[in-house]
Amino acid sequence: MKINITAKPGSTRNNKTGGWRTFKPKTDLDKCISCGTCAKVCPEGCIEMKKIAKYEQLKPKTDYNYCKGCGVCAAECPVKAIVMELDKK
Amino acid sequence: MYQIRVHGRGGQGVVTAAELIAIAAFYDGKVSQAFPFFGVERTGAPIESYARIDDKFIRTREQVHAPDILIVQDSTLLGVTDVARGTSKKTIAIVNSAKEKDKLNIDLPKENIFVIDATKIALDKIGKNIVNTTILGAFARATGLVSLNSLKLAIKEKFKEKGDKIINKNIEAVEVAYKSSAEL
Amino acid sequence: MNNKNQQILEGSRAIALTINNIGPAVISAYPITPQTHIVEDLAKFKADGDADYEYARAESEFAAASIVEGASAAGARVYTATSSQGLLLMAEVLFNIAGMRLPIVVTCANRGVSAPITIWNDQQDAMTIRDAGWIQMFAENHQEAVDQHIMAYKIAEQTNLPVMVNIDGFVLTHSYEPVIIPTRAQIKKYLPDYKPKKGQYLDPANPVTLGAFARPQHYMEIRQDLHNDLMSSLNLINKEYIKYRKTIKTMKSDIGCPMSDFGAENNGLVEYYGPKKPKIILVAMGSVIGTIKEVADKTKGVGALKIKTYRPFPEDAIFNILKKAKYVAVLDKSISLGHIGPLASDIKSAMQGKIKAKIQSFIVGLGGRDITKEMIGGIVREVKKGDGGVKFIGK
Repeated sequence: MKINITAKPGSTRNNKTGGWRTFKPKTDLDKCISCGTCAKVCPEGCIEMKKIAKYEQLKPKTDYNYCKGCGVCAAECPVKAIVMELDKK
Repeated sequence: MYQIRVHGRGGQGVVTAAELIAIAAFYDGKVSQAFPFFGVERTGAPIESYARIDDKFIRTREQVHAPDILIVQDSTLLGVTDVARGTSKKTIAIVNSAKEKDKLNIDLPKENIFVIDATKIALDKIGKNIVNTTILGAFARATGLVSLNSLKLAIKEKFKEKGDKIINKNIEAVEVAYKSSAEL
Repeated sequence: MNNKNQQILEGSRAIALTINNIGPAVISAYPITPQTHIVEDLAKFKADGDADYEYARAESEFAAASIVEGASAAGARVYTATSSQGLLLMAEVLFNIAGMRLPIVVTCANRGVSAPITIWNDQQDAMTIRDAGWIQMFAENHQEAVDQHIMAYKIAEQTNLPVMVNIDGFVLTHSYEPVIIPTRAQIKKYLPDYKPKKGQYLDPANPVTLGAFARPQHYMEIRQDLHNDLMSSLNLINKEYIKYRKTIKTMKSDIGCPMSDFGAENNGLVEYYGPKKPKIILVAMGSVIGTIKEVADKTKGVGALKIKTYRPFPEDAIFNILKKAKYVAVLDKSISLGHIGPLASDIKSAMQGKIKAKIQSFIVGLGGRDITKEMIGGIVREVKKGDGGVKFIGK
């Protein structure tokens, strides 16, 4: 058998889905209360709560390589710190 | 025979675009053919579709490997798939982008590239980033391969089950794109 | 320029409109890609009040085939369509339908078979039931598919043999091209309303048993009978083709074929396209013939033979064409794994000792692989080196 017909775990990362976006979420870190809701609801799991200089608490960081621009984070943010902007491409 | 290849992503109406070209050309009295690159048409996946226009019945069933006209509905595909494969110096490309044509990653003579911000027009007129009808307005103007009138009739026929409201929005978008495009 | 009766339609829509105009009494189907659009359209016609048939939704292809089998046994004109795994799931019922001599028409939107899973076109599905006792036709384009469906009912209802019309999935089902759909009135002139013969259907006033148990002293003769009737249907298929073309004037489905109608080179069983004295003949079934014709136009000494009727196998009609050639390349969109292409195998056995030409089996287009003019050009070069084995042409 020459062709390996099994797929290994983690291979979906090779497919960067950021290009699918029409709208891009933009997060206002000053307005953000670090509740972490956006990271929990992101269906792609591409928002990570991280230590970002200048801020004491953890802040969300979106990986735009995989963000499809679905807007769930913006809809769920309790303080409306995330806005969806037209992605220029 | 003119061969047209449409590139886009699942959900942008790539397959419908080729069908509309074929229907419009048929209304213009020409013989046409359209078919998709039979993808698993899930949202976001790169999709291709093809159309051919001729004066006699089109027998060939192979995909379009040497397009006379390229329609690119999503410019982010330019770095992802080989959009320009099989093109020649004569190939005309109609690209949906907000950028200047010099900044597009496509290997074609600049004078053959037509850029239209179809996303902006579609969001404005239709309310969704479904650019297939809009970009065909530019296609009709730039290539003259289908008439604006036949294109509108094709939209009416293809979308008749969707209702007048959607038909009119799409026709409006086509008209804006047609007017804002240049003739070849 | 377009004929005023022409419309530009998706292949699936063209078939659905034709079936509605033929007017079956019962339709039952289970959706599967790429057959889906056909049965969706038929369900929609019914929901919109544009159709008279009963549309029975089924929970599987096995059920759909069984429903039409039962309805046909009760004397109704019926229709179903499927593809690939769906056809395989129907297989048991399909053998029964042929054995019970029910005049059922099925569309197979040809698709490859798992595994690996594929939704794309090849003709492996149809090949799995070539031995089931069905008449199998293959269409090159939308018009031929439309015409074959109408002829299929006429042939089935005269011979009490089921007919399967094969159309390449996606290539024909999902493409748009000009086509003429015969009207109900036109079809009625050619195909009268279905009235099953007394004693051949389930009727309380005249009770019969269909598909009964047969012991060794009877089974063989019954199967032989089925075979004999299939073989003798070859003549009828050809006759019906001529009658159809004279009654219902659609576009020539062999559009672009300059050969005269109804002769050895173009009839209900086969169609030959190419020079009078070809050196090489490429043989194939279905939509790929269109691309082969384009290559034949540009390559000296190359002809194309289209097999329209695959079962019963039109041995004499094929011999009449192939006797002219030095080399024969058979293009199969399927393979009998462990042997060669099924059509190639049939042609080799049927032509053995009759023609001198070398016959070579080529496998193309499995699982939706695009078949380009370059590939066909490659086959033209390769066939002369023929070693009698099987060659896969994938690029």
